[in-house]
Amino acid sequence: MARRATPEVNAGSMADIAFLLLIFFLVTTTIEKDKGIARQLPPDEEIEDPPIIKQKNLFIVSVNKDDQLLVEDELMKVGDLREAAIQFLDNGGAPNGSPEYCNYCKGARDPKSSDNPEKAVISVQNDRLTSYSMYIAVQNELVAAYNFLRNRESQRLFGWKFTEVKQAIDEGSFNGNEDDAQEKLERIQKLFPLKLSEAEPKKSGQ
Amino acid sequence: MSKFKKKKGGEIPAVNTASLPDIVFMLLFFFMVVTVLRDNNLLVQNTLPKADQLEKLKKDRSVYIYAGKPSSRYKDKYGTEGKIQIGDKFTDISNVKFALTEAREALRPELQDKVMVALKVDEETNTGLVTDIKQQLRDLNMLKIIYITAPGNPVDQ
Repeated sequence: MARRATPEVNAGSMADIAFLLLIFFLVTTTIEKDKGIARQLPPDEEIEDPPIIKQKNLFIVSVNKDDQLLVEDELMKVGDLREAAIQFLDNGGAPNGSPEYCNYCKGARDPKSSDNPEKAVISVQNDRLTSYSMYIAVQNELVAAYNFLRNRESQRLFGWKFTEVKQAIDEGSFNGNEDDAQEKLERIQKLFPLKLSEAEPKKSGQ
Repeated sequence: MSKFKKKKGGEIPAVNTASLPDIVFMLLFFFMVVTVLRDNNLLVQNTLPKADQLEKLKKDRSVYIYAGKPSSRYKDKYGTEGKIQIGDKFTDISNVKFALTEAREALRPELQDKVMVALKVDEETNTGLVTDIKQQLRDLNMLKIIYITAPGNPVDQ
């Protein structure tokens, strides 16, 4: 007797169905890659007696409504802001032997500029009509100045770059002792704490 | 012997496509996994400013705020002033707190304290609008923010 095979289910249309689904997902896909500049806002409470900051420890950046940049009473281009901020933060003007002396600063040690990175505060003053792209450019340059100095210190102390290791930890691709690296990152952050203050923006024309 | 009739010779056998569905399914699964369905319709222009000192955003704990001029097809209805969008509708500055509280409650409960506000603001917007939003965030005690930017160098514009 001839063996009779059970008829197979016709799977010819499976490919079509799968293609249809595939095309749907292809069209609706947006692979999002949101990145940006992270910030911590100051809490909204009255500070009883605000610490007095010496004029020399303050680096004032103001932007007017026409996106012009005024840094320490000097007109400046955005491209030069990073260098100026690095010089200010890295200055280490406190005299050798005083408790505020900064032994890792490599700046000019000008007594008229900041004492040490811990004391140095950068204050950004915007106009309400400043464009957002200018605002971000200024913030970006200031963060870049901090990152440059942090990278320099982590390179000197541990032999790797601060930003690279931080990114690797954020992405979960860091291989090695993560807690140890985290601790080292915090040490570097203490050497150059991010002290950016934002003043209440002026109304235009004032 | 007619049972063993020879097939007509000389024909090239068809290409075997049996594995085609498998390949397509593999692609399908890839796209299904990486797909993020757009959950809100953009009502404002959104050209992000450029920056290069970037950090990554943790998606599961973020709330988005969009701001900018209404996009061209909404111009007649909403004018050309900078506006704030949360979810898929325009929000007035006085209403931001309410909308944000609502958006925060939509997140997973254990992440609600660690919420991060992602600001997607058009590059032509005035800083004043952003400052107003930030003031509202401080009132709400949502202090972690991230300015979403496009990668690029901000200096050579």
